[in-house]
Amino acid sequence: MSTNTSYLIRGAKPLGNEASDILVLDGKIAALGADAATHPGAAAATVIEAAGQIALPGLVDLHTHLREPGREDAETVETGTRAAALGGFTAVHAMANSNPVADTAGVVEQVWSLGKRSGWVDVRPVGAVTVGLAGTQMSEIGAMADSRAQVRVFSDDGICVFDPLLMRRALEYVKAFDGVVAQHAQEPRLTEGAQMNEGEVSAVLGLAGWPAVAEESIIARDVLLAEHVGSRLHICHVSTAGSVEIIRWAKSRGVNVTAEVTPHHLLLTDELVKSYDPVYKVNPPLRREADVMALRAGLADGTIDIIGTDHAPHPSEAKECEWAAAAMGMTGLETALSVVQHTMVETGMISWADFARITSTAPAAIGRVADQGRELAMGEPANITLVDAEARWIVDPFAMATKGRNSPFKGLELPGKVTSVFFHGHPTVLGGKLATPRVSGAF
Amino acid sequence: MKHLLSTLDLSRADAIRILDIAEEMAAVGTREVKKLPALRGRTVVNLFFEDSTRTRISFEAAAKRLSADVINFSAKGSSVSKGESLKDTAQTLQAIGADAVVIRHGASGAPARLAATDWIDAPVVNAGDGTHEHPTQALLDAFTLRTHWSALHGHTSLGSDLSGMRVAIVGDILHSRVARSNLWLLRTLGAEVTMVAPPTLLPHGSNVWPCTISYDLDATLASGTDAVMMLRVQGERMHDSYFPNTREYSRLWGFDDARLAALDARDTGETIIMHPGPMNRGLEISSAAADSPRSTVLAQVANGVAVRMAVLYLLLSGDQQRPAPSDATRPAGL
Amino acid sequence: MGNEQNHAPATAPVSARIVLSSEDIDRVITRIAHEIIEANKGVADLVLLGIPSRGFPLAQRLAQRIAATSPGLDPASITGQLDVTMYRDDLRRSTTRTPAPTRLPASGIDDKVVVLVDDVLYSGRTIRAALDAIADLGRPRIVRLAVLVDRGHRELPIRADHVGKNLPTATTEKVRVHLAEVDGADNNEVVIEAHA
Repeated sequence: MSTNTSYLIRGAKPLGNEASDILVLDGKIAALGADAATHPGAAAATVIEAAGQIALPGLVDLHTHLREPGREDAETVETGTRAAALGGFTAVHAMANSNPVADTAGVVEQVWSLGKRSGWVDVRPVGAVTVGLAGTQMSEIGAMADSRAQVRVFSDDGICVFDPLLMRRALEYVKAFDGVVAQHAQEPRLTEGAQMNEGEVSAVLGLAGWPAVAEESIIARDVLLAEHVGSRLHICHVSTAGSVEIIRWAKSRGVNVTAEVTPHHLLLTDELVKSYDPVYKVNPPLRREADVMALRAGLADGTIDIIGTDHAPHPSEAKECEWAAAAMGMTGLETALSVVQHTMVETGMISWADFARITSTAPAAIGRVADQGRELAMGEPANITLVDAEARWIVDPFAMATKGRNSPFKGLELPGKVTSVFFHGHPTVLGGKLATPRVSGAF
Repeated sequence: MKHLLSTLDLSRADAIRILDIAEEMAAVGTREVKKLPALRGRTVVNLFFEDSTRTRISFEAAAKRLSADVINFSAKGSSVSKGESLKDTAQTLQAIGADAVVIRHGASGAPARLAATDWIDAPVVNAGDGTHEHPTQALLDAFTLRTHWSALHGHTSLGSDLSGMRVAIVGDILHSRVARSNLWLLRTLGAEVTMVAPPTLLPHGSNVWPCTISYDLDATLASGTDAVMMLRVQGERMHDSYFPNTREYSRLWGFDDARLAALDARDTGETIIMHPGPMNRGLEISSAAADSPRSTVLAQVANGVAVRMAVLYLLLSGDQQRPAPSDATRPAGL
Repeated sequence: MGNEQNHAPATAPVSARIVLSSEDIDRVITRIAHEIIEANKGVADLVLLGIPSRGFPLAQRLAQRIAATSPGLDPASITGQLDVTMYRDDLRRSTTRTPAPTRLPASGIDDKVVVLVDDVLYSGRTIRAALDAIADLGRPRIVRLAVLVDRGHRELPIRADHVGKNLPTATTEKVRVHLAEVDGADNNEVVIEAHA
């Protein structure tokens, strides 16, 4: 039904290059450039005027907390994927720390079908590495991989797979399913009671410190393990300069490791914690200015492969309290594109082509999402995000589609507005507003 | 001054003004009628999420000497222990009509949170938050130091600061809100500060603090100090590997009889020994040191009331306050 | 503190005229000193309490004149300062006031004849506060009031026993008292400033 409609996107600049018309027909890119308007299918097409806008492959998030099942007060698959669409995404990976934990085929299929029913983006469930995220027994990785959800990314995110033997086995085991273990690198003993980055600011604020070495030591161990067993390893939300160094070193040795950074770690520092406003409380914590700069450099030189939002909505009461009692996490789906444009594109560190790589192509490749993160080329699935890069907007958490109001960018003026999103040829966002979900087959 | 959250927020002029007013308040404590009408009809709430009888009764005495009504709210056995949030508690106090909130909380930054949100618009006094700050303790310590320093130099204390004074703060700096508040305030008042502690009990990042860091108490004492402030050390810290055991801690960083004897051999009482209390006699301070003429422990307690009177007076007088109750800001029906 | 007009909003005066010169002030102080001795039938039990900031130097001047008539009397021994800040009824209205020290003569005020000394008597509220402050400090036999200038416009049933000069004023005018002890050596006069 909706995918049978055709759209002619006029004047957009694919990856920021020369303007080109794009014809979307039956869920695919039917023609580009001069051919688009003359294509027989163009006659009946709805015209989308996009002169001056940037056309990007739909964004793919490897790290989203959709909270369903279990914490529907914080977010649901429906509200989270609406937020994703508005943020320019066409696919998200739903982290496993739901309740019940996504550690069986049943739970991942539930999340997957909720995503299908919602129809705003592809929802790819992440499977837990260990049963109940307890870190002691491997979960049914094979069953999740073979389920309808086709799980390829396994993570205990929120908790580190700390046991080195269990981590080794998990790295080895996922090879059978072309999977990847996404590690939340946090040495638990070194971070007992930790509240914020350990450094000059924590010393003054009297908040228990979260040392960089707690992240770096786990990354160092795991890249060596991955090298030893020849497996794919992904490092979630890298936050320190030292972590970037270790990953750079590992890649130079040929270790099959990929790494992600969140938008907030590209912009915000632990100075913000001086307000004691828990909206800045996040795991891993906001770090120093030097770390922010090292993360940007690492992202620009390819040491860090992708942007992962770590979108972590919380109900307001989880943040309207004293720092120590507050939940960790920030929303991110609806600000990711703007923050990355602001910190990386407008600083001249990356091009829009690089932007497409780190937000779409590379995350789709790591997550083995076959029909996402593709080139904007004839015959490819029409997952397209149009961005008005010149637009400026002021972040208002209360105007967002996510249930979470915990955006650390509140009140900030940011560049870049998502104007339209085509999800397998169907417009989920038009004129900067939610359009209609895509209705697909059986689920 | 709208709130008192951290001594970092106090300028030199602010700090001296508080100490000067505290001197007038201290004089009231020596009169037969130990009461001033300045805060008559105002309500001060002592909101204590942590037990601290000493600090609470000091604030209570201060408020009562200024004729304020005092409501003591202890989290234990209250709705807080049944899961009520800080926000709900604060809004309740607002509805009751609290004119000032004195808060003690186990979480660093809880007073700052109260001050920054619209949960309550009364002035907030930090009476100790987690391992962050305890500004009124630092002010009473500065008051005690100033009294000693001006007497030693034969000048009037009113209007004076602590220029040239050398103060050693000894013990568990990492977990001490007293140490942090004192460092900022003593530096603002011109004193030189040395922090003495085992390296495990100094916060990571304290290397940039405006003080000298020492691991050697004897060397610090030998180099000459005008005041030694001993901090309370919890014996349980040894279970978290901060030090091997209390015996070794006491030998290396406690103010024991031998160190008192060494001090007595060098001067005739110019160096004072301070402790914020409650003391662990025999651990960080020996009984002989605590009870010696050098000890200012009881003077500190007495000065605490005067300093807290000054703080409450400054926060609750003047036109920077919210509009009077007749204004529309007060909720209807109250 | 006693100079109640000091807390009025600062606007430039359109005119200013001197109502008491330095010599006038000296003369007035001498006269009040004699009145006090006469009313007290001597200097016995006399205590002069000045209200900061300008009441205190006035009390000192009065004490010196009184002591001059009574050989062997140390003026400092009958002079004190009474701060009334904490007793004011406008603590929540004006900017926060810093209290000044209260110092009583060594003999105290119990059963004494206390003469409160202030520069300008206006609404009477400062004196009301002073009476409350005295009550917290002791129980004098008699309390009297001496002021350099009475400018009228009372808001409380209070009157002065000894007045240097009665000065009819408009409420828009300001009475400025300058005393050398507070305002510098060449500054010794009472001025009325008219404001628009």
